[in-house]
Amino acid sequence: MITLTVNGHAQQVQVDPETPLLYVLRGELALNGAKFGCGVGQCGACAVMIDGAAVNSCVTPVGTLRGRRVVTVEGLGTSAKPGVLQQAFIDEQAAQCGYCIAGMIMRAQALLDHNPAPSDSEIRTHMAPNLCRCGTHMRIFRAIRRASEALEHNAAPRREAGA
Amino acid sequence: MSAVRRLTPSRRGFLLGGGALIVSFSLPLAIAEAPAEKKLPGSLERSPKLASWIRIDERGAITVFTGKCELGQGIKTALIQVAAEELAVAPESIHLVTADTALTPNEGYTAGSHSMQDSGTAIRYAAAQARSLLIGAAAAQLGISREHLKAQDGEVVADDGRRLRFGALVKDELLHVAADGRSDLTDAAHYRLIGKPVHRVDIPAKVTGGSAFVHDLRLPGMLHARVVRPPSYHATLSGVDTTPIAKMPGVRAVHREGNYLAVIAEHEYQAVAAMLAVERAATWSDSPTLPEPDKIFDWLASQPSERIPVVNGSGGLTGRTNIFEATYRRAYQMHASIGPSCAVAQFENGRLTVWTHSQGVFPLRAAIAQLVQLPADKVRCIQVDGSGCYGHNGADDAGADAALLAMALPGHPVRVQWMREQEHAWEPYGSAMITTARAALGPDGRIAGWDYSVRSCTHATRAGPAGNLLPAWLLAHPSTPPPPRPLPLPEGGGHRNAAPLYSIPDARVVYEFVSAMPLRVSALRSLGAYMNIFSIESFMDELARAAKADPVDFRLRHLDDPRARAVIKAAAEGFGWPDYPRRQDHGRGFAFARYKNVAAYLALAVEVEVDRKARRVRLERVVAAVDSGEAVNPDGIQNQIEGGILQSASMTLHERVAFDRTRVTSRDWSSYPILRFSEIPDEVRVHVLNQPGAPFLGTGEAAQGPTAAAIANAIADATGTRLRDIPLALP
Repeated sequence: MITLTVNGHAQQVQVDPETPLLYVLRGELALNGAKFGCGVGQCGACAVMIDGAAVNSCVTPVGTLRGRRVVTVEGLGTSAKPGVLQQAFIDEQAAQCGYCIAGMIMRAQALLDHNPAPSDSEIRTHMAPNLCRCGTHMRIFRAIRRASEALEHNAAPRREAGA
Repeated sequence: MSAVRRLTPSRRGFLLGGGALIVSFSLPLAIAEAPAEKKLPGSLERSPKLASWIRIDERGAITVFTGKCELGQGIKTALIQVAAEELAVAPESIHLVTADTALTPNEGYTAGSHSMQDSGTAIRYAAAQARSLLIGAAAAQLGISREHLKAQDGEVVADDGRRLRFGALVKDELLHVAADGRSDLTDAAHYRLIGKPVHRVDIPAKVTGGSAFVHDLRLPGMLHARVVRPPSYHATLSGVDTTPIAKMPGVRAVHREGNYLAVIAEHEYQAVAAMLAVERAATWSDSPTLPEPDKIFDWLASQPSERIPVVNGSGGLTGRTNIFEATYRRAYQMHASIGPSCAVAQFENGRLTVWTHSQGVFPLRAAIAQLVQLPADKVRCIQVDGSGCYGHNGADDAGADAALLAMALPGHPVRVQWMREQEHAWEPYGSAMITTARAALGPDGRIAGWDYSVRSCTHATRAGPAGNLLPAWLLAHPSTPPPPRPLPLPEGGGHRNAAPLYSIPDARVVYEFVSAMPLRVSALRSLGAYMNIFSIESFMDELARAAKADPVDFRLRHLDDPRARAVIKAAAEGFGWPDYPRRQDHGRGFAFARYKNVAAYLALAVEVEVDRKARRVRLERVVAAVDSGEAVNPDGIQNQIEGGILQSASMTLHERVAFDRTRVTSRDWSSYPILRFSEIPDEVRVHVLNQPGAPFLGTGEAAQGPTAAAIANAIADATGTRLRDIPLALP
């Protein structure tokens, strides 16, 4: 039995510890967000956050995650109440087929959590491991930029108050 | 690599006059504009019952049916906009059902940028007719003339304030009539939804982890399968001991039928583990059957071919002196979907149901019925969104895999997903191609002659016949693929867009169709248009340079169609073409085409940055203009065009399927690299030139060819080096 925290909830799963996290998320926990793309950590379709860092779940054995905090795209919001970054993807209509998008959002979320105001080149570099085949990159880029601005906007009054 | 001939005046021009006479075909424009017979609009012609498209129940619930599939192009949203506009209801009140052999009209494949033209047009006329019938029924019921009535938010409302709900009007099978295609469409001046950038209905689920894809289906009792493919196309299974594998945790079956191997397990990763074990246990007999990869273009050039005339002038080069020629080549390229193909199937009570991300559920049903030997009416194929396909990828084959395995384990839903290396190695690629262009410049600086040929393997091996399904080749009693046939004009396959849209006297265009197929090939986004437009638009640039003309002016000089001229001017102006500030290691390039010569017009100007030391090119800035006729969802059009530009840039700058004499060696993203975020442009701007009231023109593939040429033209502008082989590689 392996216990890990997924989207804030402690989850116990009974699987071979070698099983990649991706299959536990999609199978045992019935979460759709993380997608199988390559199985070898080359495309980012399966990206989730583990203790705040973007990680490819297809190459992360679940046995290494005891007590770790996993966040998937489901943990950021819902269709009815999307998170800031998810809302930015909706506002920019930043998807075509959408298969890569959950992974894109998780990698971008990890960036914004550490650096709410990344430069253009920081976004490009940070997002480089994730592949998109529809060519939606420009919109994904704009969505990250938009979310960053929304976070800045939200944070600004607090910052002033604290100054 | 064999040498590419330089663009220099040809001394062999005199030889060209003696070429064989070619039997006449019409010019593409003549085909496009031939007076249409009295046909119903769009797909109404094929499915002429109104109730096939629109149903309204007594509660007023509206269901709209389309035989087309959502492929990430946003078709669901655009079709809902069209239906809701004509029915005068809110888009939220429309329930849209997409391709399902049990429920929807048969609209063939969702391919060739046809969905708005075929389905959008049909739904629009059907909805307008439904509105008219509802108003007519209300007029009869209220005893007033229809001029005093209008449809509004699910009701018919009279001038005097009386109102009747749609649901109260649909009795007596009001909508069970033949479609007439004659109802008045909503006037563009009164549009509420058409032409508006309505948000896509499928995006919220796709950004929040909703059940959005066939990959996300979870049916009660569902089992997980993985297939084991041979190491190469023609390998045969020498032996495999599956006994220990059948005892692995969760494994329910190890399936073997000839060279066809698969495993079925309770949990997905158990299936993956069993698949890996079978791969280790299996031994295969293999031999080199593929052409020498370094000589693939020599192979292609030497193959017997069928000569198909496309434009049958003489070429107009006889007696000319100022003749130019160039040869262009394209490597095999792949669809390379991010999500490997997937399907779920269930065989129960003698009926087989397949959930698939196929582009054509009706042709797939025919193929699967033949494959599993069931009558077609016992097979149902339901389309569910998948990873973007960009043409004929592994979707249909995965549907066949799921069908075969579901038949082996009756009662259980079986989900199969391919592994990355299976998708890369077994999908049908876009064919390698060679084009040769010759042209003469007249003393007036115009093109005086044009002789063009394109040589390619097929671009059409889709399912329909079971022999086009990959799993069928591997079975103990295999089906073999039917001999490939060229797709007919005016749309064409390898010769799609082979005829230039420019006014050129006496042009000759020939398609040399090669039926041999050493690597599996089929339809890749825009088919031959990508290579033909790359070639024609590169050559136009070379000719403009030779004529010492501005490339934009040179194109306009040869174009009369005002809509073609309008997109060219809009792209040039948006880019700032005339005032382009020249910079070190930067260049600008231009290209134009009308997709298939009958669909959307697109022109674009690009700027590239060239790093000579690293031999790297980055697409830096793009301004495109597109005329898709009536634009239902301009943001959807922009999304498709932006995507097409980036995807084409990836193909043009990076992509080539690698293989050796035995097998495909592009099996992952490091052996088949595609564009990454680190190299995306600074700006991609798309101007939509809307034509309210005009017919819809297919858009989804319009950017593929022009982008490739514009990049090559910009590289030539920056470096003076003309690159004619895709993927473009700096020397």
